[in-house]
Amino acid sequence: MSQAAEQIIHVNGLNKSFLGIKALDNIQFDLYPGEVHALMGENGAGKSTFMKILMGLMVPDSGTINFNGELIENMDVHTMLQKGISMIHQEILMVPELTVAQNIFLGREIKQGYWVNEQQINQRSQDLLNLIGLDLDVRTKAKNLSIAELQLIEIAKAISNHAKVIIMDEPTSALSDKESAMLFEIIKDLKSKGVAIIYISHKLEEIFQIADRITVLRDGKFIITKNTNELNKNSLISLMVGREIKNLFSADSRVPGEVILKVQGLAKKGKFSDINFEVHAREVLGIAGLMGAGRTEIARAIFGLDKTDSGEIILKGKKIEIRTPKDAIEIGIGYVSEDRKSLGFIPELSVIENISLSSLRNYSKGWFIQTKNETKASSQMAGDLKIKAASLKQKVINLSGGNQQKVVIAKVLLASPSLIILDEPTRGIDIGAKHEIYKLINQLANNGLAVIIISSELPEILGMSDRILVLSKGKQTAILTKQEATQEKIMHYAVH
Amino acid sequence: MQYINSIRQYGLFIVFGIICLLISLITPQFLTVSNWTIIVTQVSINALLAFGVTFVIITGGIDLSLGSIVAVTGVTSAMLAHPDTYPVLLPIFMGLLAGLLMGAFNGFIITKSKIAPFIVTLGTMTIGRGLALILSDGRPVSNLSDSFNYLGSGTVLGIPVLILIFILVFALCSIILNKTILGRYIYAVGGNEQAARASGINIDRVKLAVYSISGLLAGLAGILLASRINTGQPNAGAGFELDAIAAVVIGGTSTSGGRGSMAGTLIGVLLIGVINNGLDLLNVTSYYQQVVMGIIIIGAVVLDSLNQKSNS
Repeated sequence: MSQAAEQIIHVNGLNKSFLGIKALDNIQFDLYPGEVHALMGENGAGKSTFMKILMGLMVPDSGTINFNGELIENMDVHTMLQKGISMIHQEILMVPELTVAQNIFLGREIKQGYWVNEQQINQRSQDLLNLIGLDLDVRTKAKNLSIAELQLIEIAKAISNHAKVIIMDEPTSALSDKESAMLFEIIKDLKSKGVAIIYISHKLEEIFQIADRITVLRDGKFIITKNTNELNKNSLISLMVGREIKNLFSADSRVPGEVILKVQGLAKKGKFSDINFEVHAREVLGIAGLMGAGRTEIARAIFGLDKTDSGEIILKGKKIEIRTPKDAIEIGIGYVSEDRKSLGFIPELSVIENISLSSLRNYSKGWFIQTKNETKASSQMAGDLKIKAASLKQKVINLSGGNQQKVVIAKVLLASPSLIILDEPTRGIDIGAKHEIYKLINQLANNGLAVIIISSELPEILGMSDRILVLSKGKQTAILTKQEATQEKIMHYAVH
Repeated sequence: MQYINSIRQYGLFIVFGIICLLISLITPQFLTVSNWTIIVTQVSINALLAFGVTFVIITGGIDLSLGSIVAVTGVTSAMLAHPDTYPVLLPIFMGLLAGLLMGAFNGFIITKSKIAPFIVTLGTMTIGRGLALILSDGRPVSNLSDSFNYLGSGTVLGIPVLILIFILVFALCSIILNKTILGRYIYAVGGNEQAARASGINIDRVKLAVYSISGLLAGLAGILLASRINTGQPNAGAGFELDAIAAVVIGGTSTSGGRGSMAGTLIGVLLIGVINNGLDLLNVTSYYQQVVMGIIIIGAVVLDSLNQKSNS
């Protein structure tokens, strides 16, 4: 990035209120061609509102946006798209039954008379994929692709739109380390072509790896813009949360108790085989591995969501048979899924109703729910976990990601498990909520629970676990103690 | 959740009130006890079906076999209700049992085969119609005992039995949906089936229960209809399922599941009754009545979706 270059985007004094509450308060922002500009802030800091305005999806109350030095008069979707602002969404929007090429040219098909010129669409799509180094047949249907591939295709689509500015919202949240590395290569390439990138992510490591400058928002206010090399992780975190978080991870040393769960020779064809491990009371076992190594599959099998082919599960010395999640919950296993939206909560039910869902029988007489007892128990759990909601009767769909995650954890805890499995417990939630969840996990283990934590973020695994089980392609390659584990060692065994 | 629902229902109540007011301004006969007795009696059969299918729709399912269940159970009970044969409880019991079994059959096939409820109940609809024709040999079953006919046309303390049953069933269904574990699970399954399963809910059992309840209430409706018209008609009930679904939808229950209420369905049922009655009083021909009803169904859903948008 050279400061001499003309700003491509210059935002001055942007304001936006909803129902009298300021979502954006006097935002200043500059973007230069060829720079990666990270936009940081906790959930609710105003990042998405700001991006929606840049995309023309929302009109600001006041403030101006200049594009290439020229004041934009009509800030609508059409204008913004024409200027070359594209966004890669967190959730990928593609038609599953159409081919890659058809998706790339959706809505702007190359025509020959009344017909679509498939040949040319395929040719041009293939050129685009070659450009970003994705080795894929463009005639493959979108439904057959991995999330990573879809994401890269979205980028190809943006390039074919002659994008000058690409907004990336949590682009690596579903990518493996290898795929993320590939994305970063593409970003470097885009930079060299003069494309400016606004990068939003909760993963601090990658921000320091790829961002040139960082702008921090907090509670809708512009806090600061700095060159990345003028900041470090701790200073960035304290800018984001407005207070200093000394130790993100707060794992105490503790003496593990008796064996709670013992898994012997667990196998599922095509997913994982010969899995053997133990988890003790007062212990956190981390499970690490690359995408597709079988981490989530093992958790799902233990919890009764999927069937296994062979192997034994022994809980507190007793061999058990788990056919459904109901069985698992009844014998004391809790599972917090990586996929909060589809496996975590019931969007239309209230916070109270979601929290009590797995233990409703304890708060009922015969067929009838005793609402008073239910409300009392749920509210207490919500208080313990510091769930923030306008009212506990509020629908869970209206809560922030971090609070939704806490509701799911509260539900699992209210069923009083002796083992709790947390699958990517901090995915997509902000740093403040992350910190609270880490504290909670630590506290649960101290109180005698056996905890399994699955995560793609190595610092999280290293920071939280007493022991670490490493998986590679469905096989277990190592169990490391806290003392011997390092990022390098884990990676070594993960690519074994 | 109940709070939000009640706001939505107030909206519906207001619309209902305005329509009642408008009709009563035009025709003074509208606001009389005798006219309202007619309205409620007329809608009571549809109400039973609508209450039952509300459970199904909140789980995200649908039941198209209701009309056929009405026919099968009507014929079944009528065949056992000839004078001087069995005590009146037997035709009632067998009619209810037939309805329950057909509903349970729906639930069983849906949970075991994972085929869409639309398809399964479409099949049951055709099977049921065939069964009703087979049982009755294609002819209406008449000559029914007085005690059986009393159900559909008798009164207790001046109140028609039909209306009493209508009120009782509404109360029971409201309690099941709002106060019991089953009711909560019904919302959970409709709101997010996978999350409900991961929360330890036996999804299959919940679905089996809702289709069984739906079938049972359709059975009750079949018995009452046969009693009211003094015959078991194998062709009875054709299209009833759509009237019931219309009432549920007007009442604000989402066909995608997870959201809805019994009180809403009650208003939906009454609204249909009031509008038909009002148009009758105004001498509007039944052809136009159908057009009006269609517009109201679409209008109700449009209003509801606007309401949803402004909420979120």
